[in-house]
Amino acid sequence: MAEISMREGYGRALAAYGAVNPNIVVLDVDTSASTLTHFFAKQYPERFFNIGIAEPCMIDVAVGLALGGKVPFANGFSALLALRALEQIRTCVAYARTNVKIAASYAGVSDFKDGPTHHSIMDIAIMRAMPEMTVIVPADANEASAWVPVIAEYDGPVYLRISRAATLPVHDSSVTVAIGKGITLRDGGDVTIIAVGSMVGRSLLAADRLAARGLDVRVLEMHTLKPIDTQLILKAAAETGAIVTAEEHTILGGLGGAVAEVLSLHRPTPLEMVGIHDTFTRTAPAPEPLMDAFCMSVEDIIGGAERAIQRKR
Amino acid sequence: MYFHPDSQIIELQERARDLRLDSVEMIYRRQAGHPGGSLSAADIVAALFFHKMRIDPHNPEWPERDRFIMSKGHASALLYAALAQCGYFPREDLQHWGELDCHLQGHPDRLKTPGVEMTAGLLGHGVAIGIGIALTARMDGRPFHTYVLMGDGECQGGIVWEGAMVAAKYRLANLTAIVDYNDVQLDGAVHDILPLEPLVDKWRACNWAVIEINGHDMRQILQALDTADEIHDRPTMIIARTTKGKGVSYMENKSYWHGVAPNDAQLAQAVAEIKGAGRHG
Repeated sequence: MAEISMREGYGRALAAYGAVNPNIVVLDVDTSASTLTHFFAKQYPERFFNIGIAEPCMIDVAVGLALGGKVPFANGFSALLALRALEQIRTCVAYARTNVKIAASYAGVSDFKDGPTHHSIMDIAIMRAMPEMTVIVPADANEASAWVPVIAEYDGPVYLRISRAATLPVHDSSVTVAIGKGITLRDGGDVTIIAVGSMVGRSLLAADRLAARGLDVRVLEMHTLKPIDTQLILKAAAETGAIVTAEEHTILGGLGGAVAEVLSLHRPTPLEMVGIHDTFTRTAPAPEPLMDAFCMSVEDIIGGAERAIQRKR
Repeated sequence: MYFHPDSQIIELQERARDLRLDSVEMIYRRQAGHPGGSLSAADIVAALFFHKMRIDPHNPEWPERDRFIMSKGHASALLYAALAQCGYFPREDLQHWGELDCHLQGHPDRLKTPGVEMTAGLLGHGVAIGIGIALTARMDGRPFHTYVLMGDGECQGGIVWEGAMVAAKYRLANLTAIVDYNDVQLDGAVHDILPLEPLVDKWRACNWAVIEINGHDMRQILQALDTADEIHDRPTMIIARTTKGKGVSYMENKSYWHGVAPNDAQLAQAVAEIKGAGRHG
């Protein structure tokens, strides 16, 4: 399968879905050449609104469009949407429960070259804390495409976290997704890796290497961070007795935090968390070495799995 | 421009008086709320709800209805009074404002109260949300108009000016915003805290049509709203010069009365003064 970036998968799917659903409108903040909503803009200029470099205003304009019956996809850099437009998202999207889809590009450290100002390492924690918000993180370009019609047809606020980079391919183009239903990518009984986003592909590599060492590893993709698939997590906890989470995000309040909440409430289970360790990141020449440097390498996942197994009983 | 007979002006002045009475009584009963900005905007709200806007209180979701966004959400008493007097819900509900099981929240909540178009409370959202709604009217070929009532203090926030530019870019002639320019905010006079002047020039520089009026002169309010209808290439801003706490002598122009409820004696005086103004107005 050709490796295309997640943003390209999303951008092309959005343009294609524009033909299916005439109520789709798209907003951007002078980043359409980067979020790749320009595919949509070119096909449907009358349904595309470039608001300029004004994230808070874009969110509220999207709110108004939703109130008028449209299905707005508001696009921008995830760090700016989650931080600069946060009050608009809290008050006018989540609390007012308007049908706005926030497509947050440049997840995690995928904007490697622009550095920590552009890295989005706490957005999941912020969005998870918000009542009414659905939080979705696709694993690759095919999955990002698959989410476009699903979230458009869901009635309510959605935060869709898009990576700028090409992530390791996980799914083929026939992938189907449902909100709140995790995907079992690989079965196994010794330990479960629960992963999101770019870390899903890395987790499959880790599982291969662990298998070579004789370990039977389950890999779950928890694309919906909220509402999280509690059943799938508890089943994995019961059947494998050890869990490691993997995310391109701080381990505080993201996937690791979400899984910890489920386990500690229902079935305390050894849990290791792979992700950024409460630190700001750095500029780098490519995303992969940056992820490796900030504790998100395949080796980090392997180490986490081994520690989780050691902590059984 | 329509002709507005004296009888119509007098009727709307009486409506505004009733909104003021309901507002102060609601705030007194709850011992919470924002009297100053509710009283200052009562004439504007009366003109919109009882004359200008095409609405159907028995069908709050009517797609062709004009939209009203109360951007200065702390004037919720005034909005609730207007909605109740229009018949969106029983006036009796006003007595339960702020109670745990009442649909009337401290600040307006679109999911709980019929007729509330948008949830509000924190400032600065109205213009940008109004833009989105006005865009849908244009896209769908619907003739409705979107009105946004703002506070003057709101104009101190950056998102208002982001919206000012965006509305002008899209030449949203079906959007009219009104600034309730009473020149008083929580901590003191607007012209001391963060001066807005020259406010007319600022909105004009953002390519809006700007009309400046006395926001307590019903004839001027109606004429300004009519003029906005006749502007076809840009959004309209009505800068309405008002008096904070209008109609209650001890509240007028006092920042103290931004968000304080009257006691028994103060209420009695407020009611007497508002009723008196109605008789002579």
